[in-house]
Parts: sequence; C-alpha cells; structure tokens
Amino acid sequence: MTLRCAAIIIAILALIAAPFAIGQDYYINIASQILLYAVFALGIDVLVGYGGLVSLGHAGLFGVAAYILANVLAAGYGHAVAIAASLIGGLIATAAFAAVALRSTGISFIMITLALGEIIWGLAYRWISVTNGDNGISVTTRPAPFGLSLASPRGFYEATLVIFLLAMAAMAIFVRSPLGAALAGTRDQPRRMNALGYHVWMIRFLAFLFSGLLSAVSGVLFVYYNQFISPQALALPASAAGLLMVIAGGAGTLLGPVVGSALVVIVQNVVSAYIERWNFMLGAIFVAIVIFMPEGLVPGVTRLVRATWRTASRRRPRAMAPSLGPKP
Amino acid sequence: MTALAVNGLNKSFGGLRVTADVRLAVEPGERRLIIGPNGAGKTTLFNLITGEMSPDSGSIALFGRDITRLASRRRAHLGMARTYQIITLFPRDTILHNARLALLGLSPLRWNPFIALDRQPHLSARARDALGRVGLGHMADRPLAETSYGEKRRVEIAMALAQEPRVLLLDEPFAGLSIDERHDVRELLKSVPRDVTVIMIEHDMDIALDLADRITLLHFGQVIVEGTRAEVVADPRTREVYLGE
Repeated sequence: MTLRCAAIIIAILALIAAPFAIGQDYYINIASQILLYAVFALGIDVLVGYGGLVSLGHAGLFGVAAYILANVLAAGYGHAVAIAASLIGGLIATAAFAAVALRSTGISFIMITLALGEIIWGLAYRWISVTNGDNGISVTTRPAPFGLSLASPRGFYEATLVIFLLAMAAMAIFVRSPLGAALAGTRDQPRRMNALGYHVWMIRFLAFLFSGLLSAVSGVLFVYYNQFISPQALALPASAAGLLMVIAGGAGTLLGPVVGSALVVIVQNVVSAYIERWNFMLGAIFVAIVIFMPEGLVPGVTRLVRATWRTASRRRPRAMAPSLGPKP
Repeated sequence: MTALAVNGLNKSFGGLRVTADVRLAVEPGERRLIIGPNGAGKTTLFNLITGEMSPDSGSIALFGRDITRLASRRRAHLGMARTYQIITLFPRDTILHNARLALLGLSPLRWNPFIALDRQPHLSARARDALGRVGLGHMADRPLAETSYGEKRRVEIAMALAQEPRVLLLDEPFAGLSIDERHDVRELLKSVPRDVTVIMIEHDMDIALDLADRITLLHFGQVIVEGTRAEVVADPRTREVYLGE
C-alpha cells in the first residue's frame, strides 16, 4: 500500500516535471494530446472494461461537447459559461444515446453505438448553419483560469494535467465503490445481479453518464488544444482509435487507457515523422499486442513481471532447501 | 398466510407447453421438494417464480402480495432468493466479494459511487459470517476461480442465505457433488432456520427426500402428484412417471 502511494506520488511528480525535461514545445504539445486522449479513453474504459459494453460511438459524444463549446464561444459568451454548457449538453446527449443503446448488449450494442456515432457525425457534416460543415469552427482564445494563461504549450499542458489527474481520481474512486462493483457484476453475471436485487439497466445507464462526462471533458480539452473543431474529429476512426487505446492498454484497468493513449498518440505524431507508413506500423503493434498480450499492455506486463519475480524468488529457497528441509 | 401461492401458471415456448396450469401453495417454513424427470419444466417454473421469465398467464403471490409482473430485482427485495443449477458466480473475484455482492444487492449502499467497497467493515463481516455458515469462512479471500465445484455450490447457497430470504429457491443444490459433499450440503440445508420457506428442485429423489415436508411431482409441465413424502412415494403415478414404467 505504501509502495503504491509512493509510486503514485513519483508518477505525478514526473508528470509535473515532464515539460521541463522535454523542453521543446512540439513534444510538450504531444504530452498534452496524450493526456487529453487518455481522458477520452478512460471514459470508454468505464463502459468497455468495467461494464462489458463495447462502444464504437464515443467520438460522437466527444463531438457534441466540442461543438457546443465552439458555438457558445462564437456566440460571445465567456469560457466558464461555454464549458458548463458543453458538459451539460454532453451529458444530455449521453443520456439520449444511452437510452437508445442500452436496449441491447453485445454485438447489437456495438452496432447501435456505431450508428448513433455516425448520426452525430452526419449532423456535424451536414448541419452547416450550426457546425459550418466541413470547414469547421475556429476558437480564437483559450481560457485563463485564476489568471493563469493556457496560451503557451506549457500552460496548456499543466491545465490538462490537472484535469487528467482529476479524471483518474474520479475513475479510481468509482471502480472501487459499491456502484463500480455493481457495474463489474453486471458485466460478468447480469442475470444473477438482477436476481440479487440490482437494477441492471440503471447501473449501466449511470455508468454511461459517467463515461459520457469524461468524453465531454476530453472534447472540451480537444477544442481548446486545437482551437478548431471539424467533423473529422468525431468520425468513426476517432471512436475506433479510442476503443483501440483501451483494448491495447488493457480494458478494465486504470492505467491501460493512459498507456494506450500514449501508444497511439506517439505513433501518430512522432513515429510518423520517421516512417511514412505509420498506420501500418500502428496496425502491426496492435496485432503484436493481441498475439502476445491479449489482455492488453498493462495487465500483460504486470503478468510478466510477476512471473519473473516468482521464478526468481522460487530459485533462491530451492538452493537452500537441502540444509533447511526436514530429513527424510 | 401462504408463503408462495402459484395459480394457473402457464408458459409456452412456441408450441411446447413448459408450464401447464401449475398450482402451488407453499406454507411458511415449509420444505417443498419439486421433482420430475429431465425436461419436466422444473427450472422454468423457478424462472417464472423468480421473475427471470414472465408467464403467459396465471398469477404468483408472495405472502399474499401479487408479484406476477414484478421485476426479478424487486422480488429479491421482497425476500426471495435463489441458487442456480448451472453455477452463476463472479469468477474474477474472491469468494468474499461474491458474498458481499449478495449483501450489497439489498443495501441502499449499492448506488454509492464515492466510498470504497472493501472498506465497509460491516458488510465484509456479514459476508464472512455468511461464508462461515457454509463452512467456507477460512477461504473467504481466495479467488473464486481457484475453488472446487463443490465449494462453488456452497458459495451459491451462502449468497442466497446471506440475503436472509423469506423464501429460498434451490435449483438442484446437489448437482454434480461427490457423496461427501452431498452430505455436507444436506447438513447445511437442514440447518436453515424454520422461518425460511425452502423450495428445492432435485433430480435425484433419494438425496433430498428426507429434507422435504411435501413433494410436488412435475411431468411435461404439469403437477402430477402432490402430497406428503409418504403419499407421493406410494402413489402409483410417481412410479409411472419417475421410475419409468
């Protein structure tokens, strides 16, 4: 437990120190991207990892929040109002989304979320009076909470880090809570959970709202990061990328989505500078993960480390066994 | 008042009548054994009683309250608990967590997203208690995946008992157990207090016979014979249906 606390504190300090170590603005921006997509992936992990509900439409929820933010700002309101409207709007959209999608589970659930995500994308693309269609909407300023400017890459990174840590903390509290345990129960034995007195649908619905809230938060971060939103950001590949982050990193873990986000963002931005066919490389990495660590990178590496540690610690007592063991 | 009253219950799957005009009246504290050959509709009857399936017609009442259209979860809150013939547990978690989920299901705490579940000493203590009753107290912290089939059966029963039900439905609690394990489970079921009404499905008549006050024999979804142990065993129709003539 203390070891865990120490590890968490060291990780947070490392994240705070990261921009100073990285130095270049380009790479600090990439660190911000990793954190904002990690929040998005965490939201998907709530449903996929803990609820057993695979969604292919979360970029739609992310997009609703993003477009509301851009529109409210364009209408001349301040950042606080725009962010509040965006999160509330994101939650309302999530509630509607969930009410339709939760009529089913399994493959049908995937297909319904896919369809809903595509409808939202279609709206973004075609509802030109609101979304400006394919040209997208620009956002000229970033907020300056408590007088701290987020205009610089370092300032934006720090704000994103705070929000990322809040999201991680919320997630950590949720998955250990009774409601989190109930959600995991509905993933493993929905029928039994019903017979035990749980309202399976409502548990899933609440989890969906939490998931949607995290998606909306990442949507807000996305708009401020790029200072631009266009339909491309909420198309199917964006939903699929989020899902891949979760699966590659380890569904049903806290760190998995973060590792998955780092993997995808780094390959997309850094490796692509060296390898033209970076998409091919990302695909190859996913295939390798599925073959060697089907449970995802975080649980897979944990398993390997434990196995190595166990064989190492088993070897030591065996060497001493002849002298210590009882005589036959 | 009757603990469980089932009247004119019907359920068909396509053209197959799985439950045909079933009538049951189980008194409080009674031990009722439901027997019948494979495919007699025993488990379907349980699924109808617990609300996991809805009947085509007929009514079900729990202590005088009509529950025919009530969701399964609501019936649990009214004091109905069940075990499954095919083990239906949470394989990724510990035995303790399984029992804790059973307790949590009836507690308002289950909606709480802020507190840590494993830091609720009251809940954990009660879960350990329930596991102690079925003789699994010493291995509560073991992952469920590392337990034997017989232990899993006992976890099923512990979870049902933990909910302190008024009516307990056991679906083949002896299925797949060794002779020793059968003995243990039988002793365990004998120790269930008399304020709990127990309805038990059992395929194997011999093992469960001495637990029962009354026996209902189902065949092709119909109640063929109902009566005391002696009456049912002596009835020629039992012999015909059950022992195969």
